[in-house]
Amino acid sequence: MTTTDSLPVDVTALRTDFAILSRTVRDGKPLVYLDSGATSQRPAQVLDAERRFVETSNSAVHRGAHQLSEEATDAYEGARATIASFVGVAPGEVVFTKNATEGINLVAYAMSNAGTAGPESARFAVGPGDEVVVTEMEHHANLVPWQQLCQRTGATLKWFPVTDEGRLDLSGLDSMITERTKVVAFAHQSNVLGTVNPVEPLVRRAHEVGALVVLDACQSVPHGVYGRGAVDFGALGVDFAVFSGHKMLGPSGIGVLYGRRELLEAMPPFLTGGSMIELVRMEGSTFAPPPQRFEAGVPMTSQAVGLAAAVDYLNGVGVDRIAAHEHTLVERALAGLSGIPGVRIIGPADTVDRGATVAFVVDGVHPHDVSQVLDSVGIAVRVGHHCAWPLHRACGVPATVRASFYLYNEPSEVDALVAGVREAQRFFGVGE
Amino acid sequence: MQLESMYQEIILDHYKNPHARGLREPFDGESFQVNPTCGDEVTLRVKVTDDGKVEDVSYEGQGCSISQAATSVLTDLVIGRSVDEAMTTMDAFTELMQGRGQVEPDEDVLEDGIAFAGVAKYPARVKCALLGWMAFKDALARTSNGVEAG
Repeated sequence: MTTTDSLPVDVTALRTDFAILSRTVRDGKPLVYLDSGATSQRPAQVLDAERRFVETSNSAVHRGAHQLSEEATDAYEGARATIASFVGVAPGEVVFTKNATEGINLVAYAMSNAGTAGPESARFAVGPGDEVVVTEMEHHANLVPWQQLCQRTGATLKWFPVTDEGRLDLSGLDSMITERTKVVAFAHQSNVLGTVNPVEPLVRRAHEVGALVVLDACQSVPHGVYGRGAVDFGALGVDFAVFSGHKMLGPSGIGVLYGRRELLEAMPPFLTGGSMIELVRMEGSTFAPPPQRFEAGVPMTSQAVGLAAAVDYLNGVGVDRIAAHEHTLVERALAGLSGIPGVRIIGPADTVDRGATVAFVVDGVHPHDVSQVLDSVGIAVRVGHHCAWPLHRACGVPATVRASFYLYNEPSEVDALVAGVREAQRFFGVGE
Repeated sequence: MQLESMYQEIILDHYKNPHARGLREPFDGESFQVNPTCGDEVTLRVKVTDDGKVEDVSYEGQGCSISQAATSVLTDLVIGRSVDEAMTTMDAFTELMQGRGQVEPDEDVLEDGIAFAGVAKYPARVKCALLGWMAFKDALARTSNGVEAG
């Protein structure tokens, strides 16, 4: 049995920062939280930062000449700089959104607005004959907005299939991404399978044909990538990327859209109104430079401060160490679960290019029923299609159970999951 | 939590040995229902006689034990009854499921359906128990003689 002492992260010490992890559920069972892929828990440091901001400097940013407004603006822009640096980009390339879903919609709507927005944004315009390429393993957030863009503009949606091993099938790379392709949008790490997708060949091919690359980094930025460390959008060479605060120890209600500077400068707005304008007359308006152009209305200030505190927390532990820690957890989970007869892992069976998310099915017990048994012993997992319905169809299963790990999870919690799955088999009279 | 309070023996029996399962002809109305949060689905057909009786209910679907067992119980409760009676039973079952465990079920009306009283305490599972009933209601509405009754 691994002791926590030998892990890359001192989990025992770190868990005291997360009050929720010491609560009990369902008649006194210690909480085993294995659903960080859906939403992560927040440490005291994040809550304290938010509270400190609200108690000392709360006011509207980028307006007013009073001291509070000045402090709030500094806090908001300081948060932007911290978060930008975390993903290897410049502060001006970071747009705050409500969540990652809004970030993707922002790009997709900006692209349909580009059709009528003037010559400087012509490169974003799509129409009949143009193609948008996604993958079969996308979260609905990185699929439905592109379906809708195609529906609005007459463009065609295409997608890379998924192999039986749960990897992207890029064998048709050059025929899938062609001169007609305007956008290639894909997940850095699958929110279901845990698969880490190869960014480099997709970026290379997309840029060869002049297509824009949009990376859904919701499941990679919070955890880093094992062996490669923190996610660096600049180094990856993507054009746009999104991630959300609540999956990385931060508040809900804030997400990030990264866009390369020259692209954001040329891109028309999505939401319009206050804060994003340059000059307003009754006849029409001009718009502020990015990132303000894409942040209409009063922004989510304390959430930005909280997210920056979350980034400080992750940096304090070290993203390399977090990724290494999660790697040991997923190794343990894969070994434990695949050792149970009647349990099938949906996704890569090995730990190569794989994050700490494990989806599985139990023969003869519906995922909903598995999760109910797990819940009865205090284990929180996600169940269903995890907003990736087409992926589940491709894998031939209606739903899966998903356990997702984070820096605060312990090896003993992986063991509890494995024991819980055996209990589900026993309860429903299947298995050995 | 007592797992047994949700998974009553009656529910597990219906799950393992479902009643009236399979799609049959002839039928007057058919409905496909899906639970978008989990992907569970059911296709259900009803055959209604000229004098307003539910002659047959047949179904296919995939889903958790709760949704499958509830649909099996549904067939016991409505086949051979008048459409009016079936709707009254449906209302009673819906009331039970939406009662957060505070509604005392009437065994004379709900028969095996009373076993779902424990499920009503788990809001996330209520939709599972009602999936088949939603399909039944919709299928009835799609029959020419079910519209007035429904």
